[in-house]
Amino acid sequence: MDDPTVSSTAAPPLTGARKMPLRRAGSGAVGDRVFAALAYAAGMLVLVLLGGIILSLLIGGLPAFRAFGPHFLVDANWDPVQQQYGAAVPIYGTLITSVLALLIAVPLAFGIAFWLTELAPAWLRRPVGTAVELLAAVPSIIYGMWGFFMIVPFMSSYVQPFVIDGLADVPVLSDLFQGPPFGTGIATAALILAVMVIPFIAATMRDVFQTVPAVFKESAYGVGCTTWEVMRSIVIPYTRVSVMGGIMLGLGRALGETMAVTFVIGNTNRISPSLFGPGNTIASLVALEFPESPAGSLKLASLLALGFILFVISFIVLAISRLLLRPRAGA
Amino acid sequence: MKFVPTALAITLAGFTAFTAPAAQAQQITGAGSTFGAPIYGKWGEGAKAAIGITLNYQAIGSGAGINQINNRTVDFGASDMPVAADQLATHKLMQFPTVIGGVVVIVNIPGVEADKLKLTGELLADIYLGKITKWNDAKLVALNPGVKLPNLAIAPVYRADGSGTTFVFTDYLSMLSAEWKSKVGSSTSVKWAAGNGAKGSDGVSATVKQVRGGIGYVESAYATQNKLTTTLLRNKSGAFVAPSMEAYAAAASNADWSKVKNFAIDLNDQPGAKSWPIESATFVLLPTDPKDAAQSAAVRKFFDWGFAHGNDMATQLLYVPLPKAVQDAVRAAWAADFKG
Repeated sequence: MDDPTVSSTAAPPLTGARKMPLRRAGSGAVGDRVFAALAYAAGMLVLVLLGGIILSLLIGGLPAFRAFGPHFLVDANWDPVQQQYGAAVPIYGTLITSVLALLIAVPLAFGIAFWLTELAPAWLRRPVGTAVELLAAVPSIIYGMWGFFMIVPFMSSYVQPFVIDGLADVPVLSDLFQGPPFGTGIATAALILAVMVIPFIAATMRDVFQTVPAVFKESAYGVGCTTWEVMRSIVIPYTRVSVMGGIMLGLGRALGETMAVTFVIGNTNRISPSLFGPGNTIASLVALEFPESPAGSLKLASLLALGFILFVISFIVLAISRLLLRPRAGA
Repeated sequence: MKFVPTALAITLAGFTAFTAPAAQAQQITGAGSTFGAPIYGKWGEGAKAAIGITLNYQAIGSGAGINQINNRTVDFGASDMPVAADQLATHKLMQFPTVIGGVVVIVNIPGVEADKLKLTGELLADIYLGKITKWNDAKLVALNPGVKLPNLAIAPVYRADGSGTTFVFTDYLSMLSAEWKSKVGSSTSVKWAAGNGAKGSDGVSATVKQVRGGIGYVESAYATQNKLTTTLLRNKSGAFVAPSMEAYAAAASNADWSKVKNFAIDLNDQPGAKSWPIESATFVLLPTDPKDAAQSAAVRKFFDWGFAHGNDMATQLLYVPLPKAVQDAVRAAWAADFKG
């Protein structure tokens, strides 16, 4: 993770030095200027595009914000018949599924990265590492179908009845795991999301673990540390910030995931206290309701407003990850 | 409303359009209803060969289809839900029905076979309101003396995506249950009181299949193609009818089409001992101020051909063709709206 920054800081003097000998003919200077302008425009285009998307979402969602005010954020009502819309249920669903997914994914991803960098035999590292990267490339609709046809029946006929019956007499936990065993719901969605973000987090962790200078680890081994002690006292402190950044990238993906979640979350606009209960996320609600929302309707405005909210949430997550991934001075 | 063959039909239609440029082929564009897409695709193939009109139809959903025709980006829009008269006037559109389809109730109860369980609209409303939660509820048992109903939780499943099927179903429940009408109402998506949502008819039927005690609703053609476990329903005359082409056709012919404006008829809960109680027509929207009169004429010619020669195709795809009198009324409306 440190390498790119090194090369980018080294880049400006390099181009400066190259400019002089390249100035052979007048056309070269014009070409340089044209190319610089094009590159400048390409860079600005990204900004303009981003600003345009935010602005159009905001303008599109304005009627909803105006009609419901700040109450929109906390209203759990989504009633297309009465034209009453609130964002609380999808916001809750988006956050709870993503956080639960991270709770499952982070320990597993850490295990994968730890094994790949420290424990795995050399001949296995490459195939397993490639497999992790391939998992990241599987389209989300595949995860959705796999979740719906494999995980949902499994949850519905084995996991959920077992957990619901087993915890029926435990005070708090029985509320957390209750309801008819549909198989779909918050817990299943979180599980699928976890599988989807594991490759991202694991790949990032593996890459940053590999950046730890060998001399640090060798010194630790030299004073008699075990593999776990080296991991805990040398590798993790050295890469802590980048690991957090990788986790945030995974969170970013989980927040915006649409198709896979739509298949397994139960798509219900109610907040259920049970983790087995159905819910909804911003992305899946927008995907489901968009085709039947007439232009100019309050429903369409509410969906665009939801899109804007998701954008803001993702932006916050991305900003945090940027902040954490920034190499610290002296690191 | 969604069909598996939709994509195939459209792809085929698109392919033939590009690969075989017929002499003076006129292309018309339409967008909207996914429910109507298979028959429009089929009619498109037939009409291309017979009268040289190629249809380019995009099944993007009724709401999106209405948006497209309001913006005049296509030659016609298609909607599963009749558009209100004031909206038609504002956007200068005329509306006519094309084909009819039923909506059926499917269940997954161990030991209960297809078309054995009797249900009424009132009980369906209570189930979807979350008031009846067990299959051995006294009301269900009393209605089904011959059927062994287990002590099993009812798991209602509904369409999570905005859908014309949901509109037809919730409209039916609103007609039969005052409580449903006041608490939930009818629309392409509503605020459900109980149950789980699934995406598309395939999602609903798969969820019902997977969850013991599941109940759901899908369009009739989908249930027939996939041999789903349907139920009997009580119609307006008090008779319990099984879903069948005859029952859908009976409701369509027993309906009084003469009294409604813009053909915006509600085919739910029609009289007649053989009538299936939940069904609806799907509609086409046509601008009355067309930018290009030739395109508009081609659209009318296309559907005129569909009415005259496409009824068998509709039946093959498990739609109910419009009654002859209604098709003639549509032609009369064209004549009135497009003079010269």
